[in-house]
Amino acid sequence: MAKDNDHHPDHSHLDEMDIRLRTLESLLVEKGYVNPDALDAIVETYEKKIGPQNGAAVVARAWSDQAYLERLRNDATSAIAELGFSGRQGEHMRIVENTDEVHNLVVCTLCSCYPWPVLGLPPVWYKSAPYRSRAVSEPRAVLSEFGVDLPEATKIRVWDSTAELRYLVVPKRPKGAEDWSEERLASLVTRDSMIGTGLAAQPNDQTP
Amino acid sequence: MNGPHDMGGMQCYGPVVPEPDEPIFYHDWERKALALTVAMGATGCWNIDISRHARESLEPAQYLSSSYYQIWTAALEELLVGYELVNIGELETGKVEAKGQSVNNVPDGEHMATALRQRHPYERPAKSAPLFEVGDTVTTLNLNPRGHTRLPRYARGKTGTVERVAGCHVFPDSNAHDKGEDARWLYTIGFEASDLFGGKADHIVHVDCWEPYLERG
Repeated sequence: MAKDNDHHPDHSHLDEMDIRLRTLESLLVEKGYVNPDALDAIVETYEKKIGPQNGAAVVARAWSDQAYLERLRNDATSAIAELGFSGRQGEHMRIVENTDEVHNLVVCTLCSCYPWPVLGLPPVWYKSAPYRSRAVSEPRAVLSEFGVDLPEATKIRVWDSTAELRYLVVPKRPKGAEDWSEERLASLVTRDSMIGTGLAAQPNDQTP
Repeated sequence: MNGPHDMGGMQCYGPVVPEPDEPIFYHDWERKALALTVAMGATGCWNIDISRHARESLEPAQYLSSSYYQIWTAALEELLVGYELVNIGELETGKVEAKGQSVNNVPDGEHMATALRQRHPYERPAKSAPLFEVGDTVTTLNLNPRGHTRLPRYARGKTGTVERVAGCHVFPDSNAHDKGEDARWLYTIGFEASDLFGGKADHIVHVDCWEPYLERG
């Protein structure tokens, strides 16, 4: 599939999409099928309010609080909702934990299923044909394209989101942040580390 | 349907190109594509499985040459015309020719903001006990339905292990065709990658499979 960020020398294609969506919007509003305020609410929710910072808070709590981690393991949807995160595309949440032995990677080969309440909207590459095709068949090669090279002995587990279960990777907690507060730990949790295409940031990557 | 959307295991698309700090939207029309798709979903005219099927039913060349929000837009137009909510002339001119149908639900901004943060679970009460339990060996059927399915081609006719019994969930193969939710037991199945793709691959691939996709052994 073409990427959303293709820079066409010819801008007519983009102008065409612009006109097409303006047309659709005015038709659907005029016919009474959608409310313009609701359209604004959708964009505001996913552009401003819900994003990977939600998932990072979940992971930081899981790193800091063993009882919370247990609740995540038993019923991730409820445990995530404790922090105020729930909704569309997060109806049935499950966590998968990275360890020294296991690395987890999440994909949707059939479309673009992604845990919106904890990660926001998926990045373009997650929805792209290269990722959707190869994450299941050659995850190590895909990981190396993200600059992640795992030890040979690490077992990779790939999760194809074919149903309404949504997966959140709990990355390994980096060393050197033992006495960090939960809030500070959350700053180490990158979006990609919660998809499995990255690792948590190292404490020494950050300025104190 | 064996369509272009079912990409798992294909080798022809080149490397993944991550883009650090990419924007949430590249163009303003993408905001509208998201908002209109979600808002029309909220009207209750169709369900999520019907919209997925509309996207994967686009012409293959169109599907593969479109960005994801272009796919959403094209599928939304197909659904609007298919459900006679909008006609083709209106899509071309932008001028309303016929009064809108009445739809079930048109939330305002406040209700929409609330609804987005509410769960709309897909789990339903089960009418029977699950056929399989954790640890069972199962084989997926070699299904090739003309309609919607969530059993990817790479995982058909393959043997794996039940890792989790995930509840009784709305069955997309039925729900996508307005034939009712027909909830079925859902299982997370672990497959050895070498069984799926051959060679020396040593990872595990997990696929969430409904009971009608599976047989014992």
